[in-house]
Amino acid sequence: MTRLDSPNTATRIVGRPIDRRDGPQKVTGSATYAYEKTGAGKALVGFFATATIGRGEIETIDTSAGEAMPGVRLIVTYRNAPQQAALDTGNRAFTTRARPILMGRRIHHFGHPIALVIAETYEQARDAARSVVATYTTEPGTFVYAEGHPVHQPELANAGFAGSTNLGDFETGFATAAFRVDQTYETLPHCAQPLEPHATLAHWEGETLHLTTSHQTLRYIQASLRTALGLAPENVVISAPFVGGGFGSKLAVHADLMGAAIGARMVGQPVKVCLTRQQMFSLVGMRPWHRQRVRLGADADGRLTAIGHEVLLYSNERDPFIEQTGIVTRSLYTGPNRMTRHRVTHLDLPNGEAVRAPGELPGLLAVETAMDELAEALDMDPVALRVLNDTTTDPESGAPLTGRTLTQCLRTGAERFGWSARLRQPRARRDGNWFVGMGVASAIRTHFQGATEVEVAVTPDRRIQVRSDITDIGTGSYTILAQVAAEVLGVDFSEVDVMLAHTRLPAGGGSGGSWGASNTTAALHQACLALLERAGLPAGPGLVRQTLAAHPAGLSARGSLPSMGNVPNWREKSRHTYGAHFVELAVHRLTGEIKVRRMLGVFSAGRILNPKTARSQLLGGMIWGLSAALREAAEIDPRRGNIVNGDLAEYLLPVHADVPDVDVMMLDEPDLEANPVGVKGVGELGACGSSAAFANALYNACGVRARSFPVHLSSLVPELG
Amino acid sequence: MRPFAYQRASSAREAVAMLAARPRARIIAGGTNLLDLMKLQIETPAHLVDVNGIGLDTIEPDGAGGLRLGALVRNTDLAAHDTIRRQYGVLTRALVAGASGQLRNRATTAGNLMQRTRCPYFYGSAMACNKREPGSGCDAREGASANLAILGTSAACIATHPSDMAVAMRALDAVVRVLGPAGERSIPIADFHRLPGATPEVETALQPGELITAVELPAPLGGTHVYRKVRERASYAFATVSVALIARIDGDRVAIERLAFGGLAAKPWRVEAAERRDFGTPEEIARDAATVALAGARPTDRNAYKIELAQRALHAALIDALEQNR
Repeated sequence: MTRLDSPNTATRIVGRPIDRRDGPQKVTGSATYAYEKTGAGKALVGFFATATIGRGEIETIDTSAGEAMPGVRLIVTYRNAPQQAALDTGNRAFTTRARPILMGRRIHHFGHPIALVIAETYEQARDAARSVVATYTTEPGTFVYAEGHPVHQPELANAGFAGSTNLGDFETGFATAAFRVDQTYETLPHCAQPLEPHATLAHWEGETLHLTTSHQTLRYIQASLRTALGLAPENVVISAPFVGGGFGSKLAVHADLMGAAIGARMVGQPVKVCLTRQQMFSLVGMRPWHRQRVRLGADADGRLTAIGHEVLLYSNERDPFIEQTGIVTRSLYTGPNRMTRHRVTHLDLPNGEAVRAPGELPGLLAVETAMDELAEALDMDPVALRVLNDTTTDPESGAPLTGRTLTQCLRTGAERFGWSARLRQPRARRDGNWFVGMGVASAIRTHFQGATEVEVAVTPDRRIQVRSDITDIGTGSYTILAQVAAEVLGVDFSEVDVMLAHTRLPAGGGSGGSWGASNTTAALHQACLALLERAGLPAGPGLVRQTLAAHPAGLSARGSLPSMGNVPNWREKSRHTYGAHFVELAVHRLTGEIKVRRMLGVFSAGRILNPKTARSQLLGGMIWGLSAALREAAEIDPRRGNIVNGDLAEYLLPVHADVPDVDVMMLDEPDLEANPVGVKGVGELGACGSSAAFANALYNACGVRARSFPVHLSSLVPELG
Repeated sequence: MRPFAYQRASSAREAVAMLAARPRARIIAGGTNLLDLMKLQIETPAHLVDVNGIGLDTIEPDGAGGLRLGALVRNTDLAAHDTIRRQYGVLTRALVAGASGQLRNRATTAGNLMQRTRCPYFYGSAMACNKREPGSGCDAREGASANLAILGTSAACIATHPSDMAVAMRALDAVVRVLGPAGERSIPIADFHRLPGATPEVETALQPGELITAVELPAPLGGTHVYRKVRERASYAFATVSVALIARIDGDRVAIERLAFGGLAAKPWRVEAAERRDFGTPEEIARDAATVALAGARPTDRNAYKIELAQRALHAALIDALEQNR
């Protein structure tokens, strides 16, 4: 047996690049997703009609044409929708708010649902939805921020972080610094757009609602429906065996789920609803627009003396989401005088929600670009500047930083990437008609811990079974849990079955916030040790046989992990994951076309359970960084508040031809101060800081400093000279 | 999608007869654009005439040194055709710069010419678009216009034509052959796509009931063929600016035999007077040619950069021509 609550990484199965178990099912199409599921009889299909104004009220709505169309069973509008509790704005967790639909005439944003058509087939429902005619009383809306709009300073940002922090005397520290950077950075909204759209199949058995849905965290659905529909959690049975990506967009309840739930109740038959790709742009929350002012002051040697990070972002006042963007500077670099602040403005747009690396992605894009500007002002190497300002204690709280490996990531990466070949002067390196440059940025992400329970059993059919309600959102949950159980119990990987993503299974924190692996493996580790103890047997290949000899009906045991709020003295340590990004790209001297040549990420996330699935998440995150810097933005029309480029032809994500070979390196060092088995998360870390490395490489290549993202030819070409 | 009738034609003549017999009939070939537009109810034909079974899917010499490209030749096959690759390289290069492999496998020569604009305001049903709904106005002009037209626009419309293939064909002086109720006729590609004027919904010179049967390419011109497409990502994006160029080379100096721009107007943009047949450096030639070709540009605040980018793209294309010739 190998226990994982030690720094030992010489493990038998954990730490190996094992293929994901569900891979063959997914690539052959035999993995069935929520919308493809059947059960409880033939499902009717729901399709939403949506508002074509940005703010106002429905004046009239005519569904008669649709009601007369073939196959249409019911059209739900505010006139006949069942009562649902109002959206609980005061609930600080955006993930568990009630999200009622079709509850009144009010239109809060463009694309707001106005009717749900339920029909025999998808095509019939879609056709009838298009036949719904509404007239509106349109009110002037605020869709884009302008100077002078009301702003307020919230006490808390998302995930319970303080809205503002102060240490020392920032203003004086900054004013008296030998070198200063004071710049403002703007980022446009992002939409998560997982490959599998948001979809739910619902049916009722008496007072019990059965849902098959595409979601990250099943318990959040139960909490939301408890408020919205008054359903006790035990009366909401949820299954989500396969989820085709989430990226934060499947943490909260959306219109597909509410539509299927109330629709199925009204027609007394199963109903399934899938958002269209275009609807996913307005019926799922997005990463808000941001404007960030970053002020950095340094002494003549480059030591930071003042760090100020002010974040202005939009947050819908009815359904607030205050992205925790300002937190990234709190534990990143040392420095005596510090200030972070969030300020919020309301816009009449879809609400904000977590989109991969909420806070860190936009925050580090701004701050790590500013660090590059400071390095230039100091005429200092950007890696050396970051290393100089590294710290072993949290600069705000004074708590020790666990597993702090920032310098190690930067130095290892610089060596591997060949950073020393970088020329400090922009435009100094040419390859034909291309300017070539390199950029670097640091990565940091807060480590969270959520209450989790896991069960492991020896079953009468001579198998080991792991049971947890965690989802596998494409990350590899099925695979890593089988690895951990096999490792700790001393059995073969193939002897372990993993049952996930059902509310009848032991509850955990789900997949989100990069905590699924760390929470669940820690609880599973404890469950495995408890099973061995109950069996009175050592770990080893004979475990199943010997256990069943004494317990023919099988034997199970549970393990658990408390939430960070219930861990005594949790705040006495400061826990994070770290990384360093290196990018080399080329810019055509005439046309401004950008070709990314090389990307390297060096990451430290504690024990690496499976370098294959971990690499996949990290490199995906790095490409998100490319996208945020160079490609991706939701364009809001300021006249009506609609997203102009709301489909995947015009909402530009990187294509394969944009992405070179991506080099991912992981420092495999269990962080036992952060987690009982030394595991931290990798789901978001790759997307933390990478976009700044692209922006910095762009500057080093062509001398154009991007402060408005994504970089577009319209802004780059005029500056090329 | 609105209900529609569907018929398969077995010959071009039968297809024309079917078109004539049915009001609001449309031809469907690859369907890569039309089906999307039907799902969005931007196109609502009452009848579809499927021409995939009518033949017209070969590339043949025309007897006068040129080639006759059947209307149903798939984009992939056209791009890969040996004579096209060797003697009309600008066309192969333009084709492979467009869409994706999957779409090119389906899309046809005629369908590529007939595809409709990707202006986002044409797609957004809640927004005013004179092309989608004549007389409703143009929300694009004051909207997100960064990738829209700067030349040949009107108060009614600033959409671009999205085809890459058509830009190369314009440089090659292709001729579109059509069959209609009154028989066959030829339309020079220069006259095939229409500028918007007051009727942006009229996009081509095709008359009701007419079917494209072929595109004819004149005898090869020789020279160095370049298609340079500048866009916001490396694949699967429409041109911000594209340049179809046939150049002649003399040492380090270049001359323009043919030049057409894409991404700037509702049709491939060629100004014959801009084709500088005197040799010069790429920079000089690009400046002179762009000044003539782009004269009269009327950009919006958000797409004025395209004027400079077009000149730069031409400059880059001329350098590409030199390098290609080394």
